[in-house]
Amino acid sequence: MAVAAKDVQSGTDYKFGFHDEEDYVFKSQRGLNEQIIRDISAHKKEPEWMTKFRLRAYKHFLNRPLPNWGGDVSDIDFDNIFYYIKPAAEQGKTWGDVPEYIKETFDKLGIPEAERKFLAGVSAQYESEVVYHSIREDLEKMGVVFTDMDTGLREHGDVVKKYFGTVIPPNDNKFASLNSAVWSGGSFVWVPAGVKVEVPLQAYFRINAENMGQFERTLIIAEPGSFVHYVEGCTAPIYSTDSLHSAVVELIALEGARIRYTTIQNWSNNVYNLVTKRALAYRDATVEWVDCNLGSKLTMKYPAVYLMEPGAHGEVLSVAMAGAGQHQDAGAKMVHVAPNTTSIITSKSIAKGGGRTTYRGLVKAYNGAHDVKSKVRCDALLMDDESQSDTYPYMDIEDEKVDVGHEATVSKVGEDQLFYLMSRGLTEAEATNMIVNGFIEPIAKELPMEYAVELNRLVQLEMSGSVG
Amino acid sequence: MSEPSLLIDNLHVTVEGREILRGVNLTVPRGETHALMGPNGSGKSTLAYTLMGHPKYKVTAGKVLWKGQSLLDLTPDQRAKSGLFLAFQYPVTVPGVSMVNFLRQSLRAVRGKEVAVRDFRKDLKSAMDVLKMDNQFVTRYLNDGFSGGEKKRAEMLQMAMLKPEMAILDETDSGLDIDALRIVSEGVNSLAGPELGVLIITHYQRILNYIKPQHVHVLYRGRVIVSGGPELVGRLENEGYDNIIKEFGPADDDAPQAAA
Repeated sequence: MAVAAKDVQSGTDYKFGFHDEEDYVFKSQRGLNEQIIRDISAHKKEPEWMTKFRLRAYKHFLNRPLPNWGGDVSDIDFDNIFYYIKPAAEQGKTWGDVPEYIKETFDKLGIPEAERKFLAGVSAQYESEVVYHSIREDLEKMGVVFTDMDTGLREHGDVVKKYFGTVIPPNDNKFASLNSAVWSGGSFVWVPAGVKVEVPLQAYFRINAENMGQFERTLIIAEPGSFVHYVEGCTAPIYSTDSLHSAVVELIALEGARIRYTTIQNWSNNVYNLVTKRALAYRDATVEWVDCNLGSKLTMKYPAVYLMEPGAHGEVLSVAMAGAGQHQDAGAKMVHVAPNTTSIITSKSIAKGGGRTTYRGLVKAYNGAHDVKSKVRCDALLMDDESQSDTYPYMDIEDEKVDVGHEATVSKVGEDQLFYLMSRGLTEAEATNMIVNGFIEPIAKELPMEYAVELNRLVQLEMSGSVG
Repeated sequence: MSEPSLLIDNLHVTVEGREILRGVNLTVPRGETHALMGPNGSGKSTLAYTLMGHPKYKVTAGKVLWKGQSLLDLTPDQRAKSGLFLAFQYPVTVPGVSMVNFLRQSLRAVRGKEVAVRDFRKDLKSAMDVLKMDNQFVTRYLNDGFSGGEKKRAEMLQMAMLKPEMAILDETDSGLDIDALRIVSEGVNSLAGPELGVLIITHYQRILNYIKPQHVHVLYRGRVIVSGGPELVGRLENEGYDNIIKEFGPADDDAPQAAA
């Protein structure tokens, strides 16, 4: 029972703006208080330490002011949000177990099809809970754990307790505190030593209800010498009022492990997307964030890698695209705690139709972190005169033997560039797409083919309507 | 003389409010090679950009007929699809787009249909051989980090692939050393013929040692002041522009003025 997006907001090219009629098992009242948090925890039959963790985090949330930098978050009405919605009684192991209307939605998003074609495992979250979950049998036999965070807590309580909230403590920032208080869903991935998961694991997040708050929590632990590529995608319906997505993602790459975490975010333009993502990379470990930010009203997201031991390498590849009424405040943080560590940040942003993109990044090297190499490159592309791009590259270097490079460019799609391509037979729209796709090519070529195609398609969709 | 394929009649063009072309008359019959020469600032590149439809160049009077149809209402891509080609003096860089991808998309756009991969590869190979281009060349991003000579060769490669009916070469000789000039000229000569009309725009006679035009026109202060045969090139080489302008040019009070 999907309702077409055009009923709500016409004249948009956002393809996933439809919503389903609500038919939920449980929906908390609007707003947040201690009782709601206790209810969520009780509903999930959580151990006491987690209930306490949540309540502690809630105090931090109340005590912390809203950030006064970055995007404008002053319009978020925390009392108007639904903090927990449980759509289905049971989680499905097959798509047949999933309520029909939810399955239809994921069908439209192409998830079951992608699962059949090229994924090693799929997790599909709808509102607050993961409604479908599967992992390839051979991976399960090798001991790979890929499940939703709630199940992870139930079935692997000791590991979760050991790592949960250690990378991003509950008092890290206001939105991490909020997530820590009301988290639900998300993924728990635990890859045994030496196991290399060659095909991606995919998680898909869907917000459906108006004024929904989605607070998934993801924890990925890669044991020594292992590899995993985790991909997340997300969409939401178009509403005239705002929704909030505030995730916390913690990654731990132990000695010699490699984690690649790819996001292809495609929120509708009424979603505040305020996410905290951080990784710890130990000796000779590599963590790569590939972060594609399309859609949303405001995104504030700065994936971080803490390079804890020598030989660790961190990388962030980020694409952001902002159209009318949108602000993408995105970037990266590389914190060199140990010597002989390296990092690369590559950021590409596109602003059109009055949209605004901000690169905000930090490279920090602690005293004693010698022989560190870091390279930052951020390029901004402006499609017109009304759009805006800013760059805030912070550097905090305490050690002397550190090699940090920074390059930034801002270019505008000019009359001459369009004219040149049009003189070769391309229409204005085709020429614009070619320029934009070329601009993000350094990121797209890092994605598996299916995702590169998806990224190019989403960018094209965003671009259409931008030229006469 | 065969039928006129490009006919420019009393063309007036302003750029940012300033009148640059002030009544150009010029005809290039089908399959002929013409040279348009002139000193700096005479309006040569303005004419090239105007013919291809650059939005900055405003036609205030006159008309251009291309194969009997009015050209001026068409967008640049429609002009390309109708068989017109402009080799740019300063080709534009498009990072992230490989030459080969660009050529395929461009060819598909101009032909209005998919091009078989095998035919495409074959045509590309032979065109690159003529222009003495390395295979690796087409994997590079469009004009990104190209030397001056590479850019001009890349323009010729596009012309060879798109097979236009009329090519306007805007100062293709500028910035080329003698070897590159010879290679690029050979490229043009291999394409010129009854199927391809060429309008070579140049300041110097140098390129005309390699590409022999049937007709030569001299543009001065926004007007063609004299047209003639190849012998005009020789006169220019020996006497320079000054004598030609003295003989054919306007009186001093006819200088271009900035429009209001």
